[in-house]
Amino acid sequence: MTATVPNLTRAQVSQGQRLPEIRQQVTATTVILGALASRDWRPMHHDRDFAIERNGMRDIFINTPNNQAWFERLITDWTGPKGRLGRLRFKMKQSVYPGDEMVLGGTVTGIDTDAVGCCWVELELAVTVADQVATECQARVAIPADDSDNPWARRGEQWQP
Amino acid sequence: MTDQAPAALPEDALPEKVRAMIGQRLYEEQTTFPIEMGYVYNTLAATQNGNPLFWDAAVAQEIAGGPVTPPSMMSVWFRPHYWSPGAEGEQKALLTHFDLKELLDLPEAVVTGSETVFHEPIRIGDVLHTCQVVRSISEPKNTKVGRGRFWVIDVKTENQRGELVGIETYTFLGYKRPEQ
Repeated sequence: MTATVPNLTRAQVSQGQRLPEIRQQVTATTVILGALASRDWRPMHHDRDFAIERNGMRDIFINTPNNQAWFERLITDWTGPKGRLGRLRFKMKQSVYPGDEMVLGGTVTGIDTDAVGCCWVELELAVTVADQVATECQARVAIPADDSDNPWARRGEQWQP
Repeated sequence: MTDQAPAALPEDALPEKVRAMIGQRLYEEQTTFPIEMGYVYNTLAATQNGNPLFWDAAVAQEIAGGPVTPPSMMSVWFRPHYWSPGAEGEQKALLTHFDLKELLDLPEAVVTGSETVFHEPIRIGDVLHTCQVVRSISEPKNTKVGRGRFWVIDVKTENQRGELVGIETYTFLGYKRPEQ
């Protein structure tokens, strides 16, 4: 079972460590699939004419909840399934459109263990397009302190995101 | 004594109705369907996310005590159906935001940032409750897309057991394009 699923533990993480990048060629399908999966029916995420003529944008663009879901994938691809998100903050500076290649990546900016023994990793992440930051993101994710630990087992006062 | 027209409000003054919204619990709602895996699979497919916590029931059982949903999907569960019997017009989530657009006469808007804090995991079958609170509204500002205001809305979510599931904080820019 999970013995065969790799999970990152405290000993494997260091300050400045880089997360493996995700490179994704964005198409209209990427944008629309993400919008509809997140139940976001607003036309600027599926109707090119609306996005251009009403919003003044270049094309339809990736919506906020889908942007967030891409960051979650970036993080848990790295941590494995025991990685548990505590906090996610992001700021969209530019929209991501069909035709863009978006690159998701980031760096470990902090590691600490809180008062209840939960190991937290602070991450500085970004979506870039043509080396320009489209979205910047700071995440706080709990990882196992060691092989016997499991952040998902924490409840109530034991979970302080 | 002479009748005088009321002094015009300065351009940056917030209408009283808008000012009264700040800090109030608005739009207390419940999810319209119990949390289910279908949308989870759609989201995982849209982001090519192979996390076995969501795909492998045995992994979910061992790690989380049963199926859970991706934390980043928290806001997904409160978006209304595109259509439902008896509903008229476009169905929208986060209605406080649309109220502010209308009351401030700012026809366009974009999300400029958000922060989410995740507490109890959302599990299959959960029924969630939420409310919206306007935290702040900025002075009028000139931006590259037009003149408008930034506003911040908190969305607090609890499950059917009254446990805090999470708090989302959205920052929006509502604006008029230069030609509007």
